[in-house]
Amino acid sequence: MLEPKTILTVDDSRTMRDLLGNALREAGYSVVQAGDGQEALGALDSIKPDLIITDINMPRMGGFNFIDQVRRNPRHRATPILVLTTESAPELKERARKSGATGWIVKPFDPARLLDAIRKVGV
Amino acid sequence: MSAEHPEGWIPPDVMAGITQQFFEECEEHLALLESGFLRLEAGDHDPETVNSVFRAAHSIKGGAAMLGATALVGFSHRFESALAHFRTSKTFPSHDVLKVFLKATDQLADLVRATRAGKELTDEQLNAASRELAGLADTTGTDTSPVAHTEEPAFSPVRVEFEDFAPAEQPWTIDFRPHAELYAKANDPIVLLRELKRLGEMDTVLDTSAIPLLSDLNLEDAYLAWSITLHTARTESAVREVFEFVERDCDLHVRAGIAETAIPPAADPRPVPAPALRPGDASQDAPALRAALQQPSTLRVDLERLDRLINLVSELVISEAALAEYAPKDSAQNPNFGEALDDLSQLTRDIQESVMGIRAQPVKSVFQRLPRLVREIEKATGKTVRLTIEGEDTQVDRSVIEGLTDPLTHMVRNAIDHGIETYEQRQKANKPAQGSLRISAAHRAGRVVIEVADDGGGIDRDCVRAIAVKQNLISADAIVAGEDIDNLIFEPGFTTADKVTDLSGRGVGMDVVRRSVQALGGRISVSSRRGAGTTFALSLPLTLAVLDGMLVSVCGQSLVVPLAALLETVQFSCDNVHKVGPNASLLAIRGSHVPLIDLGATLGYKPQSQLSADGIALLVEDDAGRRVALAVDDILGQKQVVIKSLEINCHRIAGIAAATILGNGLVALILDVNAVMASQKIGLAQDERLMAHA
Repeated sequence: MLEPKTILTVDDSRTMRDLLGNALREAGYSVVQAGDGQEALGALDSIKPDLIITDINMPRMGGFNFIDQVRRNPRHRATPILVLTTESAPELKERARKSGATGWIVKPFDPARLLDAIRKVGV
Repeated sequence: MSAEHPEGWIPPDVMAGITQQFFEECEEHLALLESGFLRLEAGDHDPETVNSVFRAAHSIKGGAAMLGATALVGFSHRFESALAHFRTSKTFPSHDVLKVFLKATDQLADLVRATRAGKELTDEQLNAASRELAGLADTTGTDTSPVAHTEEPAFSPVRVEFEDFAPAEQPWTIDFRPHAELYAKANDPIVLLRELKRLGEMDTVLDTSAIPLLSDLNLEDAYLAWSITLHTARTESAVREVFEFVERDCDLHVRAGIAETAIPPAADPRPVPAPALRPGDASQDAPALRAALQQPSTLRVDLERLDRLINLVSELVISEAALAEYAPKDSAQNPNFGEALDDLSQLTRDIQESVMGIRAQPVKSVFQRLPRLVREIEKATGKTVRLTIEGEDTQVDRSVIEGLTDPLTHMVRNAIDHGIETYEQRQKANKPAQGSLRISAAHRAGRVVIEVADDGGGIDRDCVRAIAVKQNLISADAIVAGEDIDNLIFEPGFTTADKVTDLSGRGVGMDVVRRSVQALGGRISVSSRRGAGTTFALSLPLTLAVLDGMLVSVCGQSLVVPLAALLETVQFSCDNVHKVGPNASLLAIRGSHVPLIDLGATLGYKPQSQLSADGIALLVEDDAGRRVALAVDDILGQKQVVIKSLEINCHRIAGIAAATILGNGLVALILDVNAVMASQKIGLAQDERLMAHA
């Protein structure tokens, strides 16, 4: 059997982390969670996830800054990154694009839409 | 994964836990909002403060949206939008705007709690909320229009299948040429083609004509293009949606029909590199070490589990006491046993303290509600008050904290409504226009002392006395003076009835406050200076689980008298006992007299009082400062006992507060001194004085 794919989720809200974690684990992924960008960068020292899902508004290190750091890291720069965004406004998608994110998930999402987005980035 | 559920489906019990978690988190965010606004009000000009309140509102909105709490989403969205203005403009809200934000925070809190309780907010509540938001919009000039309802409600499981009446299949031609940026963002054309194939039958032609000679090949660049013919019943937007993430990072043309001229196969085929030209993966060098995260990690534990643990530790303490009881008395015989027992005692005590420490919480959780309370009372009374809070990190057992909210709320109401004078009165008295209310907590002698001090007019003793006489609490000629008058306000039935207001005059007097403090094993006292203010002090035990007591024996039963109530132990004989009437006795102690009660008779161990000519008595004091001497058969010694509730296991018994299990396995009842004295119908302090003068 194949090793389950690992997804790193980055969100300062425990509610959101739990929702993501549960949905992803139910779908058979192995999940690593971090509370902000800084913590996530720390986690990336020891793991190599197949996908990163990150929030934007977070204390210490926000999502855009975090994506920038990941894309500069030779070990992780080819890792797909999905951004969690509350607004479906075009300008926010544009910002996500510019930041180097692979794609985005508009909150609120249901598990089916979450898994759709994940499949679309090949994980 | 269950077969009948879609992938990623979260079971309802898990979902319930997450919902619970969300509301707990909301409380934290609300506290953050409030403290953030208060800091800004105090002149904090750190942009991070604005950011943190924005994030708090944003998080509430995000979670609410996921859980489908639409009312909460709407309100927190308006809140967030109003805040966004200050965040982007890097300006700071004025005092007036902050007032509005603080009020809106209160309303958000109400909304969160209503949502949590599953209540629909009344129109009145919703209107109030809307008015506040209109206020926010006016002051900030920000668009606070409600969140667009185009967003789907979370977790809507209904998926309508259109397959049955699907339109006929139609061919589409798609030209797709990725740019280098597409690869740089970790998108992969192969994945996109696979997605596209889910929509229908597909023919793909790869165009490799742009690939340069190997020497000119740049691994970071994009050279490939695809021409695709797709037969699908889906619409053009469904086709385009596949490319949603990459539409700006590629050339994409989608048109209906089969291309007249498909890309011709390259005339001169060149070596084709692997299609997925992902950058990276080349370097596996060790990443720089990052400083370990210094965040304190916490764990949420179900309170029930903690209580079970405390119970088990209590049992352990009892077992340890039993072991000590049965230890060989002659330690020389087996010195190792004694040593091991000492170690066990030490460990047991340490474990007990640690477990109690887990339950201990800072009083902050109660104190942080006070600013809002004060604001509301200010509004209702028209007085302005400066609130100072001290010692909010003082740790107390959780059960004490839970019981503290009501009495504290009442005392704060009283302090502002009755204590602090009106603006005009203060001006006349040459006091600052703004009243001052100081609430503090501190550890003192193994107890926690909470003080509520105002700088108001103090207690009007003449007025209190007059009311007490009018309400038949004391007789008109009773000798009551000084602080004893102040203490009359704790008497049941005492109310400053002619001053009934919305706030304090709810028929709930200080006697209720005193009762709830007593229920926590605490005491309340008041000190007041006319014209300078009043201070109420609550003295509470650190925990409700353990009690220091004096073990006594009465009619062959073991009883525990709480040390907090015990003043001294006294020997009595016919020299210092005076009979008063057929049943009552007075005990003379250093020139004053206190009633002498036969505890065995009071508790019903013997039919009637039969005080022997001499014996031992405990001089005890109830929370109102009234004293009696309780005659007992023997004093067995001081003991720390674990409190076991009688009400849970049996039922309430008058005169008995709880029970405990002694080292020898026997049950001992813990005396409720206040109840014993009440059952004796011992009147107020002045009765005692009158008796003493008899």
